[in-house]
Amino acid sequence: MTTTTAAPPRRPVLARIRTTSSPLYLLCLGLVTVIVLVALLAPWLAPHPPNAVDLGNALAGPSGDHPFGVDASGRDTLSRLVIGARTSLLGPLGVVVFSTVAGVAVGATAGWRGGWLDSLLSRSSELVFAFPGLLLAILIVSIYGDGLTAPVVALGVAYLPYVSRLTRSLVLAERERLYIEAYRVQGHSSLQICLRHVIPNIAPVVLAQSTINFGYALIDLAGLSFLGLGVPPLTPDWGRMVFDGESAIQSGYPLSAILPCVAIVLTVVAFNVVGEHWADQVARRDR
Amino acid sequence: MSFLRFAVRRLAEMAATLLAASFVIFGAMYLAPGNPASFLLSGRSATPEAIKAIDDQYHLNDPFAVQYLRWLGNVLHGDFGRSIEYRTSVSSLLVARLPSTLLLVAMALVLVLVVGLALGWISSVRGGATDSTVLVATAFAVGTPSFVAAVLLQGLFSVRLHWFPSSGSGTGFVQMLWHLTLPAVALALYLIGMLARVTRSAMLEAMGHEHVTVARSRGVPENRVIRRHVFRNSLGTVLTMGGLIVSTLLICTVLVESAFSVNGIGQLLDLSTTTKDFPVVQAISLIIVGLFMTVNLVVDLLHPLVDPRVTLGTRGSAT
Repeated sequence: MTTTTAAPPRRPVLARIRTTSSPLYLLCLGLVTVIVLVALLAPWLAPHPPNAVDLGNALAGPSGDHPFGVDASGRDTLSRLVIGARTSLLGPLGVVVFSTVAGVAVGATAGWRGGWLDSLLSRSSELVFAFPGLLLAILIVSIYGDGLTAPVVALGVAYLPYVSRLTRSLVLAERERLYIEAYRVQGHSSLQICLRHVIPNIAPVVLAQSTINFGYALIDLAGLSFLGLGVPPLTPDWGRMVFDGESAIQSGYPLSAILPCVAIVLTVVAFNVVGEHWADQVARRDR
Repeated sequence: MSFLRFAVRRLAEMAATLLAASFVIFGAMYLAPGNPASFLLSGRSATPEAIKAIDDQYHLNDPFAVQYLRWLGNVLHGDFGRSIEYRTSVSSLLVARLPSTLLLVAMALVLVLVVGLALGWISSVRGGATDSTVLVATAFAVGTPSFVAAVLLQGLFSVRLHWFPSSGSGTGFVQMLWHLTLPAVALALYLIGMLARVTRSAMLEAMGHEHVTVARSRGVPENRVIRRHVFRNSLGTVLTMGGLIVSTLLICTVLVESAFSVNGIGQLLDLSTTTKDFPVVQAISLIIVGLFMTVNLVVDLLHPLVDPRVTLGTRGSAT
């Protein structure tokens, strides 16, 4: 900590995450951009309706009309991949938004207020840590049945302590800095300082953590779909596609299962690399 | 603080957290829409006998606190109730499926420890191109969900190459080892990557310590420096991952056992979730959470013995 004397300069979050040119990072950043664009533009990109069944053509290999072939029900694999990007990314996005907003609120309260509230929140995090995310999601699905909302909330709760613990420690460090006192002297209220200055200052680190969480949430939700849980049966979804394609693998037609596998791995790796790079950069800046 | 007092305090903390976890797992069924009896019987014929059986098992007419305490008391006696789907005791279902899961998790654990530690060691000691290769490989290992690994391994090594059986868990120890090799690799992959990365950074950090420089300058052979001063130093960090490793292995058996049709506890959790056989889901959840806490407790108690620099209670109060 070198800049404890004055209010730290406030620049937009993304500008503070400076990029040194690591080729792997740039590649992954490009990949993330492409994947997000595909999900956004999916209805215009998909060549066929994702649920158009053509049993006569089942498991046909790649052709001009179906560049990635079709699955066991004759549905176009490329279209299902493209449309499936939406469900596969929307779920983790929900998890990350929920866990970030709630986690920052909880962590900032614990760090800023301290006292019994802090110990209560720490104890509850201990409890949540004991439940692996996938277990919490399975538990909630066994109660509510199919649907994406319940598992997304369950995973949001499972990921919350990771964000709140990080936020708490960042807020504790930030609270000691002199600019806080300066604002206090100028008559700003605690809440004002926390919302306007502390949280924007810690945002880059939290954002980096949430990006990494996105990849893990995708893994958990895809796993749930692979079990045939969560996402309703006909919805195109990468995890579900692996589940649907598994029997085709056994009979020697692996393409319709391998492609969603590749999509999942590339997406998770890309988000992880980008998130870790950001975390690295912010840590280096603060050193 | 004496070791005994520390141990007693950690034990009490664990008991309190476990109690809270059991409350969550039991209370979860009250989150279900409708009344618990109809939830527990969902999708099955609600004959008067069935309703009575459910009533007897959960004492649904009693106040909530009484139901919970009675359930907890039974669990403490090893009685997890009766499966609604299979109409037999949950414990007997679990015991029948225990061998496959136990062997699978043990095999995966050995793989994680041996390969994970070795990769972390090589990566940090060799540096350069080896390090970069390991970093990229582990990035992919960490990004590959266990079910994806399972499906890909199955497609390549059993369907295409016929090296391994594609499903089931076999009978007899050798057959079981044979059947569970691919599932164990799939289960271990993510944690191998994770452990390799943690070991690597812990060893790199230890290499920067003064005592390592001193040992080298005294002419201690490099091999011995790495083994005695660097690797041993980083073991503490690895130890703190113990609980996470065990609970991740256990929960991921649900994916891997389903992919390979291994009739273990993970597959039972999958089936029970699909059929809404809630007593079974409750029992398996409680076991996974309980094991996570037990391993963490053991780690906390062992850590100061393994690494004298760790003072009692630093980890417990840090979080």
